[in-house]
Amino acid sequence: MYSRRSRFLTIMLILGLAFFYIPMIMLVIYSFNDSKLVPVWGGWSVRWYQVLFESEEVWSAVALSLKIAFINATCATILGTMAGLAMVRFGRFRGRTLFGGLLVAPLVMPEVITGLSLLVMFIALNQLFGWPGERGFTTITIAHITFSLAYVAVTIQARLTGMGETLEEAAADLGAKPFKVLTAITLPRLTPALVSGWLLAFTLSLDDLVIASFVTGPGANTLPILIFSRIRTGLRPDINALATIIILAVAICISIAAILMFRQQRADMLDQQMAAREDT
Amino acid sequence: MGAKLTETNAVSDTPWLNQDGQQPLVKIKGLTKKYGGWAAVDNIDLDIYEGELFCLLGGSGCGKSTLLRMLAGFETLNSGTITIDGVDMADVPAYERPTNMMFQSYALFPHMSVEKNIAFGLQQDRMPKSEIGDRVHEILKLVELENFKKRKPKQLSGGQRQRVALARALVKEPKLLLLDEPLAALDKKLRKQTQFELANIQDQVGVTFIVVTHDQEEAMTLATRMAVMDAGRFKQVGTPTEIYEFPNSRFVADFIGSANIFEGRVTENGADHVRVKTEIGEVFIDHGQSVNVDSKIWVALRPEKIHIVKSQDPASGPNQVSGEVDDIGYLGETSIYKVKLPSGHIVDVTAPNQTRPMNRTHRITWEDKVNISWEPSSAMLLTS
Repeated sequence: MYSRRSRFLTIMLILGLAFFYIPMIMLVIYSFNDSKLVPVWGGWSVRWYQVLFESEEVWSAVALSLKIAFINATCATILGTMAGLAMVRFGRFRGRTLFGGLLVAPLVMPEVITGLSLLVMFIALNQLFGWPGERGFTTITIAHITFSLAYVAVTIQARLTGMGETLEEAAADLGAKPFKVLTAITLPRLTPALVSGWLLAFTLSLDDLVIASFVTGPGANTLPILIFSRIRTGLRPDINALATIIILAVAICISIAAILMFRQQRADMLDQQMAAREDT
Repeated sequence: MGAKLTETNAVSDTPWLNQDGQQPLVKIKGLTKKYGGWAAVDNIDLDIYEGELFCLLGGSGCGKSTLLRMLAGFETLNSGTITIDGVDMADVPAYERPTNMMFQSYALFPHMSVEKNIAFGLQQDRMPKSEIGDRVHEILKLVELENFKKRKPKQLSGGQRQRVALARALVKEPKLLLLDEPLAALDKKLRKQTQFELANIQDQVGVTFIVVTHDQEEAMTLATRMAVMDAGRFKQVGTPTEIYEFPNSRFVADFIGSANIFEGRVTENGADHVRVKTEIGEVFIDHGQSVNVDSKIWVALRPEKIHIVKSQDPASGPNQVSGEVDDIGYLGETSIYKVKLPSGHIVDVTAPNQTRPMNRTHRITWEDKVNISWEPSSAMLLTS
C-alpha cells in the first residue's frame, strides 16, 4: 500500500518538475545548436555564444537594464521604506486609509494602464516644462520606481508589523531620540526586509516589458524589449544563448542565497544549544 | 556608578507615612486613560516615595501595564498629571524622562552583544567612552554576567537575559525603574530565587522600583507597598501585611490569598468588641470597629487561621462550628480541608502537616466529624 502510494507520489513529482523545467532544458540545449534555424538540430556548437558576445546591441541592452534595475531598486527601497514606516509607525494620521490604498494600487493596476498613464504624463510634462526630453533611461527608471515602491512598501509593512514596537520603545526609553531609534534599531532590524525588497524591485525592473515599452524612446532598449523585438522577427539561436546565460546567473544567485541561509540556520541552532546549556 | 550603587538608603523605611515631611518622588493625580469609551486607567491618585519597591497587582486587563506605560511616556493621557521629582511629565517625551523600563519580553536588542545592549543607554547621554566601560563593567558584576558580555541575547538562557535586561535598565541610574512582569518569563524555581535577588539589588542601588505583576506571591515578596487594581481603579493601597490581614473589601480579601466570606448582621458593637450573627453562627471579634448595629456586613476568614480538630462532640459558642470533612486537597506541606457545615456552607481550612502519617493514613480524613474554630482576632469585618 505504502510503496504503491509512494510510487504514485514519485511519478507526480517527476511530472511536476518536468512541467517546470523541460522547457528550460530545451532552451539550454538549443542554445548549443549549430543550425541557423532554431527548430532544426544541426549538431553541437558554441557559435551563437560568440555571436552574442560580439553583438554590441545586446550588451548595451544588458547594461541599460542593469543600470535601470539598480537605480530603481535603490530608490524604490528608500521610498517604499519611508511609506511603510509611515503606515505602521506613525499611528492614525489623517488620510491614513486613503494613503494605504493609494500605496498598493499599483499592485492591482493592469500594467497596460500604468504604462499608458505614465506615457501620457511624460508627454504632457515635456510639453509644459521641456522635461524629461527624449524618452529612454530616465522615463523607464521613473516608471519602474513608481510600481516597484509599492512592492517594497508592502514587504516593509509586513516586517514592521511582525517585529512589533517593543524594541523601539526600549531604545527610546534608554534615551535614544527618534532618528537614533530609526538608525540604531529599526533599520538594522529591517535588514532582511530591505534586502528582499531591494531584490524584488531589482527583479521586477529587469523583468518588465510592458511598462518599459510604453515609456521608452528611440534607441533605449532594455533587455526584455530587445529580446521581444527580436523574437517577433522569428526565433533566433543567439537569443537562446542569452537566455541560457541569464538562467545560469539566476541559478548562481539562488545557490549563494541558499548557502547563506543554511549557515544562518546552523548558527541559530548552535546559539540555542549554547543557551540551553546555560540553564542547567 | 560608585556612590549611588553602594550607598544604603538613609530614608525612613515607611516614607509613605510621611513622618519627616519627605516629598513623594512620583505624584499621580486624577490620571485617566481612555480607549474609545472604556477607561483602562480611571482617575487614579498615587504618591510613591524614594526608595520604595511598589507593586501594581491585578488581573489581566486591569490597567496596570497601561499605568506603567504612561509613567514611561509610551501612552498619552486623557486627563490628570504625572509629576516625577517635581517635574510635570506632560510634555516630556519618553527619551527624556528620568525613568527606565524593564520590559516583560526583556526587549534586548538582538543585533547587539550584552555589553553593547547595556552601553546603549549611556551612549545616548554622550558619556565619555572610558566611563561607559567602567559603568558597564560594574553593573555586569552586580548581575554576575561578567563572562557573558560578548554574547548575543539569543546565546543566553532565560535567566541570563532577565539579568541583562535589568542591568540595561539600571545602568543609567534612573530615578524610577519601571518593571513590567519582570519574572513572568522564568520558570517557577528560578522565579522564586530571582524574587529575592531583585529585592536585594533594589536595596543595594536604592533606586525606586515600580513593579507590575499578576502574581500575588511575587508582589507580597517584593513590595514595600502594593496596590490592588481592578478595572482601572485602585481597590486598596498598602503594605503586603495591610492588604492581606486588613483588606478593605470582599474583592481584595478574595483576590489576595483565599478567604471564606459569610454574610451577617452586627448584633453588638462595643468599644473593644463586635458581635456578628452570620450564616454559619455567631462570630465574636475582640477589637472595636466602626460599624453600626444591625447593619449588613461580611465576615472573612483566612483558611490558615482556622483550627481544625477531629471531634464527635458538637461545638457550641462563638467562633466555632462543627462539620464534616467533604474533601481534602493534600499539597504535601499543607492540606486543604473542605468542611461542610450543617447549614450547607463549605469552609476551606488549611493546616500544616506537622507530623508524618506513619501508617500512611492522615489523622483527619474524608467524612470525619470535625470542629473548626478561630481566634477572636482572626475574623475580618468587611463593609463592602
